[in-house]
Amino acid sequence: MEQTVEFAPAAGVLSNIWLLVAIPLASAVILLLLGKRADKWGHWLGVASVATSFVLGLIFFLNLAGLEDGRRSAELSLWDFIVVGELKVDFGLLFDPLAGVFVLLITGVGSLIHLYAVGYMEHDPGRRRFFAYFNLFVSAMLLLVLGNNYVMLYFGWEGVGLASYLLISFWYTKPSAATAGKKAFLMNRVGDAGLAIGIFLMFTELGSTQYADVFNGVDSLAAGTILIMGILLLLGACGKSGQFPLQAWLPDAMEGPTPVSALIHAATMVTAGVYLIARSNPIFSANATLQLIVVSIGAVTLLIGCLIGSAKDDIKRVLAWSTVSQIGYMFLGVGLGGGAYALAIVHLLAHGFFKANMFLGAGSVMHGMHDQVDIRRFGGLSKHMKITWLTFGTGWLAIIGIPPLSGYFSKEPIIAAAFEREVVWEAWVFGLAALIGAGLTAFYMTRLFVLTFHGPARWTEDNQHPHESPAIMTIPLILLAIGSVGAGFLLSTSVPDWLTPVLPAAEGEAHGVLSHTVITILSLLVTVLGAGLAWAIFRKGTALEPQPAGVLVTAARRNLYTDAFNEAVFERPGIYLTRALVFLDNKGIDGLVNGIAAGVGGGSSRLRRFQTGFVRSYAMSILTGAMLVVGAFLAIQLGWLA
Amino acid sequence: MEPLKLPPIEYGALLPMLILFGAACAGIVVEIVVPKRARNVVQLVLALLAVTASLTAVVLARDVRTVTIGGAVAVDGPTLFLQGAILVLGGVSLLLIGERSIERGGAFVAQAAVTVGSQKDTRQATSPGATEVYPLSVFALGGMLLFVAANDLLTMFVALEVFSLPLYLLCALARRRRLLSQEAALKYFLLGSYASAFFLFGVAFIYGFSGGIQLSVVHEAVANPQRSEVLLFVGLAMIAIGLLFKAALAPFHVWTPDVYQGAPTPITAFMAACTKVAAFGALLRVLYVAFEGVRWNFQPVLGVIAILTMFVGAILAVTQTDLKRLLAYSSIANAGYLLVGVLALNESGLSGTMFYLVAYGFSILAAFAIISLVRDSDGEATHLSRWAGIGRKSPLLAGVFTFILLTFAGIPLTSGFTSKFAVFGAAVEGGQTWLVVFGVISSMLLAFPYLRVVVLMWLSEPGETTPAVSIPGFLTSAVLALGVIVTVALGVVPAPLIDLTREAAEFVR
Repeated sequence: MEQTVEFAPAAGVLSNIWLLVAIPLASAVILLLLGKRADKWGHWLGVASVATSFVLGLIFFLNLAGLEDGRRSAELSLWDFIVVGELKVDFGLLFDPLAGVFVLLITGVGSLIHLYAVGYMEHDPGRRRFFAYFNLFVSAMLLLVLGNNYVMLYFGWEGVGLASYLLISFWYTKPSAATAGKKAFLMNRVGDAGLAIGIFLMFTELGSTQYADVFNGVDSLAAGTILIMGILLLLGACGKSGQFPLQAWLPDAMEGPTPVSALIHAATMVTAGVYLIARSNPIFSANATLQLIVVSIGAVTLLIGCLIGSAKDDIKRVLAWSTVSQIGYMFLGVGLGGGAYALAIVHLLAHGFFKANMFLGAGSVMHGMHDQVDIRRFGGLSKHMKITWLTFGTGWLAIIGIPPLSGYFSKEPIIAAAFEREVVWEAWVFGLAALIGAGLTAFYMTRLFVLTFHGPARWTEDNQHPHESPAIMTIPLILLAIGSVGAGFLLSTSVPDWLTPVLPAAEGEAHGVLSHTVITILSLLVTVLGAGLAWAIFRKGTALEPQPAGVLVTAARRNLYTDAFNEAVFERPGIYLTRALVFLDNKGIDGLVNGIAAGVGGGSSRLRRFQTGFVRSYAMSILTGAMLVVGAFLAIQLGWLA
Repeated sequence: MEPLKLPPIEYGALLPMLILFGAACAGIVVEIVVPKRARNVVQLVLALLAVTASLTAVVLARDVRTVTIGGAVAVDGPTLFLQGAILVLGGVSLLLIGERSIERGGAFVAQAAVTVGSQKDTRQATSPGATEVYPLSVFALGGMLLFVAANDLLTMFVALEVFSLPLYLLCALARRRRLLSQEAALKYFLLGSYASAFFLFGVAFIYGFSGGIQLSVVHEAVANPQRSEVLLFVGLAMIAIGLLFKAALAPFHVWTPDVYQGAPTPITAFMAACTKVAAFGALLRVLYVAFEGVRWNFQPVLGVIAILTMFVGAILAVTQTDLKRLLAYSSIANAGYLLVGVLALNESGLSGTMFYLVAYGFSILAAFAIISLVRDSDGEATHLSRWAGIGRKSPLLAGVFTFILLTFAGIPLTSGFTSKFAVFGAAVEGGQTWLVVFGVISSMLLAFPYLRVVVLMWLSEPGETTPAVSIPGFLTSAVLALGVIVTVALGVVPAPLIDLTREAAEFVR
């Protein structure tokens, strides 16, 4: 038995952590209730509420850091949320090192993106509604990471889901946006159902959904139970984080406004799956099969993401598939277990910065190019959008992992950790997958960067005057760029230590199939190779129309046929099933119901005739009834009926 | 020879009834003394004060458990609870009766017996209505209080007549559709007397069987029969028939639709709420106190009656085209559900039935209050077709009515759900699951007519004949608000009232 999990009760300043959730929620409610009256200033309220949460989060974080080792947590039970029989769910919050870094990421990056959105959504008539949903999202996301039990987590989980669907279909008059919202909703249903059943299972097996109770009780569970529980949680994580096999919704989610893509579908919400697994590390670490499944999903997804990302021409979709792929790395990390949990969190935080940076950069490009998203129609923008070009450039270098930018410090350790798996074939398979992924990432990100900012201009006729975005949009870009440059080194040195009370510590010197130095050199090599190849190919621009291509590229363009697969395996049979049910309902059940109704109606009409309105016949019926009642009593008494 | 001694009398326990009877007599004096113009207000205030005072007396006597005046009256938990219920519902009904702003002169005429269509009748159509309705209602209320407290069969019979006679009269006083009203009153009177005769005949049989009329004596005799049990069962059957008639259970329900339709709507509401409480109160006492020993004999017979009632009410409600008749059949079906609770014959049956009576009383008062608001130049427009599309014209009223109908249908979070749950739960506990099965099926059938009205109100286009909705006066608004609030409250937090009924659920013998 390892040491028991215990959380210290919140005291002092830390007993106010509920404000973090409450402030953005209050702002969302105000914006929704006031309606048009808040149109003029609503966006500033939205920005202010998230910024306040950030400041508070920072204060709480510093307070937490000031506590002594081992007592660095604050659990706050607000009220009994659900009390039914055995089931007792607290409305409780937990602010510990893991939640702390998430709070800073969500509110910090969130504030910058809110600020950016003020400029980006300036001409949109629905800006106030946008900020209301955006605040709702921040509030729900904070609840998700701050809950002290799985039901709170689920509450936040559904809340961020709701905000996400609302924002994906923000431009609901556009059919593609409405469809994308629906797709995200349906695929998340699959995952959320898994998460819900996982929580039910926890309650039946352990009688509680509190983190402390669950983690302390894991040891008492059978291996099979842990496996099933873990798979169910993993299903939820895959749905929310766009991991194989539930990855298809995430790229379509780019139909929403770009700040949404940056905050929800790149930096924060989609990493909730990683948070879930990291938070549940006692469960996942307790079963090797489970960890193998997580690692496999991570590896498969990161390759899928890279492959498809290489074949897409829509700037936001490329970034979306790159998100899928990067979260694959994080899953790989949390699946590897041990010290790699913290590595995955480091990558998650670094990714939050550089991916948000690039998404906002993409938004800035679109802003200057009349919402053009096709990278074949860009080119040469570096001269016209200097700030966007430079900031995007830092993001690009960060994601492909060029030292000393953040991606190098966060991704390379995960690749190394993959090579350190104990089973030799696993070390090779997953290590190589991560390594190839790094090369492919360098390739497609360079392709994106070069086609957008360099080479000859291939702008459409009506779109000849690209311009830089206003300061309100470029300032967040610059701040995020600084984060992309500096965060990696800072995070990789401090965060693993910081997280050790929550996540397992690294187990000293590990010995992989390759030495650490070799891996570092190899990963730099494939990165440079991928980037150089892309630079060479796309330096001169590209064709304006899709070119005939080989099997692999065609498959990648079609999302590796996953949509077709989903359609054939789930959608079609689903449609047939509903048709069959409708048929059964019309002919069978309706027939039965109508038959009964006709019977009752007929009986009613016939009975009505006895209600003649004549007192004599009423008296007669009373007399008859009286005779029957008296007769029945006597019959029973004399035993005629008995 | 011993001199006759007056039995001890506990006036404190009798105070609620004494207040009402006294106030009713005072009301008659008011008729003579107070000038015509002020009479209505004075009478209404007097009646409401009497009800309030009586209710206070009930509350003050809440811990009294006694049998007094030589065993004629029993004051115990059920008595006090049911008296309180009758007084509260009666007070609310008085508000409806006192409403004067919807119809000029009120819902009543001064003289019931004037020939319809005669000159005199035309004249009284526009003149102010009778203020005698208040003392009459208070007399009826007093009779009901005595009815649920009666501890011997003769007192029960007297109380039955005391509250029935004013009701017969009140039924005949409708301002509109006079002929229908007179016909209803006459029918009610004839059939009511007929049923009373059964009751009295039954009392005679029971006296023959047990040698006494006190319920405790009957209870003793049932436990150790000295005479032929044929006397007992014929007597029990006939007493039951008398009570089943008042409670409108099939096949003794035949009067209900005609009387409910013909009577002035406030009186219909009064009967549907208060008479039901009184009738079931007496039925509970007779069955639980006197005849509990032969439960195995009467349970199956009354069970069949309950099933018959639930289905007759539900099935006949389906084809009704008049809203008052529809509600009449619905009240018949509800009487069936109540009988299911009575037949549980355990403590939860008693408390569940009492809860049901209160919950149902408030909902049905609100329902009839709404019916009194939808009118055209001929008075209330109660034909269903006239209600088509009324939701478009008066969404608030239609919304309230929809809510009340959903309550009757037993939708959760309304008192209709909690009260059905209470009686059905008690019946299952008491081993009467068969009744519950039929009860649930019948309430499913009964949902149809309710929902038909809802559909009609909201989804039909309003026609040219859709009547205007009167703006409710203060009194009617109060009734509506109370009805809706209580219906919601008892649906969401039924626990306080359920606890109260549980505490009250013990008879004295």
